[in-house]
Amino acid sequence: MSMITKIGAWFDRRLQLAAPIREAAEHPVPRNTASWFYVFGSAALTVFLVQIVTGILLALIYVPSAGEAWSSLQALNHNVTLGWFIRAVHGWGSNFMVAIVLIHMAQVFLFGAHKFPRELTWILGVFLLLMTLGMAFSGQVLRFDQDAYWGLGIGASIASRVPIVGPAIVKLMLGGPIIAGATLSRFFALHVFVIPGLLIAFVVLHVLMVLKLGINEWPMPGRIVRRATYEAQYHALTKSEGAPFVPYAVWKDLFFAGFIILAIAACALYFGPFGPTGQPDPTIIQTAPRPDYFFLWLYGVLSLLPPSMETPFLLIAPAVVILGLILLPFLSGEGEKSWKRRPIAVLTVLLIAIILGTFTRLAQVAPWSPQMNAWSGDPVPDRYIHNTTALERQGALVFQAKQCRNCHSLGDSGGQRGPTLDSVAVRLTGDQLIRQVIQGGGNMPAYGNNLSPAETTALVAFLKTLHPATQRPARDSARDMVLSDSKPKTASPSQP
Amino acid sequence: MSNETTLSRRGFFMKLGILFNGLVATALAVPIVGFLFSSVTRGRGDGYLSWVSLGPVTDFPEGETRLATFRNPYVMPTDGKTVNTVAWVRRIQGDQFQVFAVNCAHLGCPVRWFPQSGLFMCPCHGGAYYRDGSRASGPPERGLFEYPYKVENGFVTIQAGELPTPGAAVAMLTGTKPPCAAQDRLVSIQASSEFSSERVKAT
Repeated sequence: MSMITKIGAWFDRRLQLAAPIREAAEHPVPRNTASWFYVFGSAALTVFLVQIVTGILLALIYVPSAGEAWSSLQALNHNVTLGWFIRAVHGWGSNFMVAIVLIHMAQVFLFGAHKFPRELTWILGVFLLLMTLGMAFSGQVLRFDQDAYWGLGIGASIASRVPIVGPAIVKLMLGGPIIAGATLSRFFALHVFVIPGLLIAFVVLHVLMVLKLGINEWPMPGRIVRRATYEAQYHALTKSEGAPFVPYAVWKDLFFAGFIILAIAACALYFGPFGPTGQPDPTIIQTAPRPDYFFLWLYGVLSLLPPSMETPFLLIAPAVVILGLILLPFLSGEGEKSWKRRPIAVLTVLLIAIILGTFTRLAQVAPWSPQMNAWSGDPVPDRYIHNTTALERQGALVFQAKQCRNCHSLGDSGGQRGPTLDSVAVRLTGDQLIRQVIQGGGNMPAYGNNLSPAETTALVAFLKTLHPATQRPARDSARDMVLSDSKPKTASPSQP
Repeated sequence: MSNETTLSRRGFFMKLGILFNGLVATALAVPIVGFLFSSVTRGRGDGYLSWVSLGPVTDFPEGETRLATFRNPYVMPTDGKTVNTVAWVRRIQGDQFQVFAVNCAHLGCPVRWFPQSGLFMCPCHGGAYYRDGSRASGPPERGLFEYPYKVENGFVTIQAGELPTPGAAVAMLTGTKPPCAAQDRLVSIQASSEFSSERVKAT
């Protein structure tokens, strides 16, 4: 017997773990589950391990103090050898982890793996998703920069809307009356101790149940899950066409795990670490905070919801979604597993993916945000003031000076909060333009206080020139009939 | 017989032991909960609020809106720069002021003042407010938060100390509104009607 075998035997005589580990590794799984579709769970676990290792490494340098966190991140980026790379791996690992957990969840749902007897595995998975998102948010806070600071403000504003206990929740969350040292410290405790501890416990239970209940068999259309018969059928299946998990299925997990780690490292190398952006100094307000990638969709939703729906949405929707996910295996615990016989399940997944994707994309562009520097650099382009009168040119100056282009674009530059004004004269008559400028309406503030009558007259005169050469400006035909002595014009000049 | 007696004696001691640990745990839970919720209990009522100076009145020209910096009254040694806070100070005339929180009433992003267009604008979700803080457009449901202020010995002081959020202390929500501020809004029928209904709710 070699030395190593002897040492191993010495330990196992005391630990007695070899037999149960071998049993777990070689437990039979249905042959067709050795599939590339079944690798996402183990991949999520792998990324979690990467996060633990890189997180501990970062904690060697990082200082969880509101006064020093930002500088310690700068030191990691610039002073500590390969500090930037470890930060980048941890940041990209977080993105990958959220993505893989979501893909894993979609796959499990589409393969019917949430059905009997794996309801509790699914429910634990729902909590694992919530914890992963909690890690993503608290991790963004630990990157204590401007985005983190104002992101906390957004979190506090949302929490404060809870009836009655809202203000108390805010103070509990911030650890005081404002976002400050205590806030960072408690998010550090959450990110490093509380949530990871829970995550490890839940992952252990989650994996244990996969071992005890067996991996979900490949769903066959027509093979119906019944509570009375399923377990016997599953055991028969693993007996008749089962194969040991190691090595029959595990090699795909190993390959995919390695591939994912490589992908994270490649992203880290190529794109580098996330931030930190500007210092977390509340007196610097020249900032446009954005959440991290996986919360962008929420940022988009919050911009586009009607104001009256916002508080109900923020307080009720998360509870409904979480409750729905938890109740799902009880509502559809039996029946068809195959996605080929579950069109509504497939459509639901597609719909959610499209909604999240659309809002994420919208939030990347953020057309609702005023362009707060559009006005300073850009004069009204020359072509808009060719052959104009002195009054119209004066109006162009008013247009420039009053920052209309914070929200409206002209000649393809400016904000997208309001409609583009290149052809506004086709849409609105002179009177309508005056009313819109003075009284506002829709989403536009009223400028009556801020423009003298002369400025309004000039501005509207300029706006009335904004129409394509081939299209005549909008005209109130009744006005001519009422005000003019001349013969009423008959033909309407409207053109396509 | 004797066997049963010993068993019940052991069982009794075990139950006593559980009870003893329960009592100890309860006793320990009191300080633990007290510590955990100290940031909430301390802030009850106006616990965190106090009057801070924004500087001499002469720093704020009449008819203009300026950014003023102040140090939050509640400070911890590890706070760093986060205790420095800013507020928008609008001096209407004489000793009449409005002091607005920079935090948007929607979700708390920092609003910026644009004197040329006479609007406060928020970079996050596109909220806009008029010069008197009332809502102009976008997702906010109300006007900007106002700090209660007073002018003492030529200094502008405000009552501050809490992050202004939609649910924060009542003082933050209503503010002290000078009576003439309403005049500015007469032109915009829509805005002023929205605002007046909001004020009724707030007061």
